[in-house]
Amino acid sequence: MSLASRETEEMAVRDVINQTLDEEMERDERVYIQGIDVHGRGGTSNILKGLDEKYGRERVRNTPISEVSIVGSALGAAATGMRPVVEIMYCGFLGVAGDQLLNQVAKMRYMFGGKLDLPLVIRTKNVMGANAAAQHSQALHHWLAAIPGLKVVCTSTPEDTKGLFKAAIRSNDPIMLFEHGSVYNETGQVPVEDYTFEIGEAAVEREGEDVTVVATQAQLWNALEAAEQLGEEGISVEVVNPRTISPLDTETIAASARKTGRCVVVDDTPLSYGTQSQIAADVSEEAFFDLDFPVQRLGIPDVPTPFSPSLENEILIDTDDIVDAILTLA
Amino acid sequence: MSEQADQRAQPTDEERVEMLETMLRIREFESRMRDNFADAEIPGFLHLYIGQEAMATGVCQVLEDRDYLTSTHRGHGHCIARGLDTTKMAAEIYGKETGYCNGKGGSMHIADVEAGMLGANGIVAGGVPIATGAALSSKMRGTDQVAVAFFGDGALSEGAFHESFNQAAIWDLPLIGIVENNQYGEMSGIDEQHPPSTHDDLTIYGEPYGAHREQVDGMDVEAVYDAAARAVERARHGEGPSLVECVGYRFEGHHEGDSEFYRDDGEYEHWKSKDPVETYPERLIDEGVLTADEWAAMQADVETEIDEAIEFARESPMPDPQQAYEGLYADGGDSR
Repeated sequence: MSLASRETEEMAVRDVINQTLDEEMERDERVYIQGIDVHGRGGTSNILKGLDEKYGRERVRNTPISEVSIVGSALGAAATGMRPVVEIMYCGFLGVAGDQLLNQVAKMRYMFGGKLDLPLVIRTKNVMGANAAAQHSQALHHWLAAIPGLKVVCTSTPEDTKGLFKAAIRSNDPIMLFEHGSVYNETGQVPVEDYTFEIGEAAVEREGEDVTVVATQAQLWNALEAAEQLGEEGISVEVVNPRTISPLDTETIAASARKTGRCVVVDDTPLSYGTQSQIAADVSEEAFFDLDFPVQRLGIPDVPTPFSPSLENEILIDTDDIVDAILTLA
Repeated sequence: MSEQADQRAQPTDEERVEMLETMLRIREFESRMRDNFADAEIPGFLHLYIGQEAMATGVCQVLEDRDYLTSTHRGHGHCIARGLDTTKMAAEIYGKETGYCNGKGGSMHIADVEAGMLGANGIVAGGVPIATGAALSSKMRGTDQVAVAFFGDGALSEGAFHESFNQAAIWDLPLIGIVENNQYGEMSGIDEQHPPSTHDDLTIYGEPYGAHREQVDGMDVEAVYDAAARAVERARHGEGPSLVECVGYRFEGHHEGDSEFYRDDGEYEHWKSKDPVETYPERLIDEGVLTADEWAAMQADVETEIDEAIEFARESPMPDPQQAYEGLYADGGDSR
């Protein structure tokens, strides 16, 4: 999408989330927020600050520390006329709400013959590199994306955060909206106008000719940095942001891989059974005869995220790792 | 009984006859499903409510059409008491396109969201948070709708129950939990399910949440009606959640085909003497509310209705296989 002709402003991702929720709550009184310390603290990353003063405790609703009923009651509210936006503090806490996500939220519409809308957004965040140890440091969008009936969105940039949040809140389907702790303070140009990005559409963030890198969230920023570095060495890198993990825009991703003939997939989920494997499989099926090399995957090694900085740094994916992977193919 | 009723809610004679008919309809529907399941006409598996008819009937009689309920894996009784159409229920149980869920749900997932029936549920206590959310929604939208969560005694051991009641209490939600104590959690008795301090009164689980609590004879539809009327009235007037225990019995196994190895000698006979579908018509006839002829006619009518429902189910088409890929998302963006 071209920003050239539109009025934009420079914003950090965290401020985009706040402003977007504000606009959507203003726009539709059925939209409300519930979660732990969303009122007062402004949610676990203080992102919601100020919404409580504007909308009050009814619509910025502090819950007990009860992930089952936080998710389950939001589902019941969504089924009966409200449009809840739930915050689950860290994605690792989704496990507590397991049955509601797996058996209720994901299956209700289908099992009832497609006869009800469930306008429910569940926001949570992936975290890596925060020295927070394994329960608070992980990326789990692949886990939820493996459940038919949930749409799974990963936000990465200020611009996509606004477009995807608005689309998610206005959608009549349950949407798992994964933020990433490492991108909250990243800044970029955001169109001032009201817009949505379609759930299920990927975006080419940077055009290139030699190699495609498909990257999400923090790794998208690393991939753009790697592309910049390699550009100076004469290697032209195309960077694709999936935006939605389920349903995945295989068409856009495969078209890029066909064009460049080389593809690296990088994501903060564990390497085995992760997002990377799904995307690599799709690209291989769709573009095999146009590829010059097997699709490469970069992910977190199959260990829980360790606490100590020296240990955690060992397993993190950084810009150099992406550069190395691209150079293997170049 | 934890709290004494200050005033007894008494159904009118017309309501009493209605409740008898509802219980009879549940019994007839389920007895026929049992027989047809045994004849291998019905796919999957089946959990029957036979014996517990007074519970759903007494509660649903006091609800308004605008109210919500969630149900369990043993949900046919709740659906019928709510007024769902036995024809579309039978078709769903038979896996037919004409069923409530177009054959996607089956016996354990019958729902009619437009009628406020937010679904039977295959997960124990799975519906309690959903009912809590419906109660929250009512409150936020400023209506006086209430939400009833039906669940078994086994659900009291699930975190979902406790999280929901805690949240409903903090938020003063119009939530009514109906504990259907049928003496068994699946195939284990209360000794294996709950600590001794709770056995005489399972509503004790509602005490820390400040819920209004009543324990009633779940084989007596008017006792259930009475307790439910008070709980619903409280909820409708913003007085917060209630927990009502209906003590009763399940005459069938956990599911059809269960050998029922766990029952004690004489237990079945003891409860059978309280069978609401046998005792209640006698009572209404004794009290002159109904004549023997009217009872016989009611039985014949309900039998015909269920005959027709089953015939409709049998004759309805199976869903087109391609429908497996439909209905997942509201925007029509279905599975790949």
